[in-house]
Amino acid sequence: MSISKEDYARMTRRVSPRSPLWLDCLKAFLVGGAICCFAQALVEGLFRLGVSRDNAKTLAMMTLIVLTALLTALGWFDRIAKHGGAGTAVPITGFANAMVSPTLESKAEGFILGAAAQMFSIAGPVIVYGCSAAAVYGLIYYFLRK
Amino acid sequence: MTLFLALGKAFLVGGLICLVGQILIDKTKLTPARILVLFVVLGVVLGAFHVYDPLIDWAEEGATIPLTGFGWALAKGTREAIEEDGLAGVLEGPLFSGAIGIMTAILSSLFVAFATRSKEK
Repeated sequence: MSISKEDYARMTRRVSPRSPLWLDCLKAFLVGGAICCFAQALVEGLFRLGVSRDNAKTLAMMTLIVLTALLTALGWFDRIAKHGGAGTAVPITGFANAMVSPTLESKAEGFILGAAAQMFSIAGPVIVYGCSAAAVYGLIYYFLRK
Repeated sequence: MTLFLALGKAFLVGGLICLVGQILIDKTKLTPARILVLFVVLGVVLGAFHVYDPLIDWAEEGATIPLTGFGWALAKGTREAIEEDGLAGVLEGPLFSGAIGIMTAILSSLFVAFATRSKEK
């Protein structure tokens, strides 16, 4: 039996239940908002303890990354991400999870070509294109500034 | 009162940026990996034109924590590196301004990889 790509796409669409767009969006808004709100609470708390605003922001970002790593290892992150969608993927938690998750999954293939190589399977492209875009901007800025 | 206002602003802006990402995931065929790349590059562009700066000032973490904020930080850091070191800043700036986030993620990935047992295949 041969099935064309289009047929297959139509079949999967019929079988896999799709959650309505508004519900996905609401969940993404609530989860994403909550993550940023948590980071803001950390900044406010550290700032009141006498940490500078800039350092507090750096520490808040680091906290989110470390927490994501721990929650990913415990398997809890996936459970939140299933509902959060872009709400967990778009904040820095998505970047951290994109590094931790493949690292853990490919550990069985060794620590060099397994864990360490797969660590950058998604984060690599993000760093490559993000840094390249910044370098291109930098070059333009260097020649156009007074 | 100002505390609750700051938390509310971070929630609102952070949530809205994620909502845009969700619409892109649902309405286009973009995979989450492509969304991440898109948001960081978008952040660099918005940072380059200083469009994102007012959002950072108003919502703080609500604009910093989404990956557009990471891109914004890359653009800002590169600009500052050029002010400091001239042309060398073009190459120094990008990785340097992303360094703390990237290194934290590398070290925590390695740590959990060493600390947990291998998944059964």
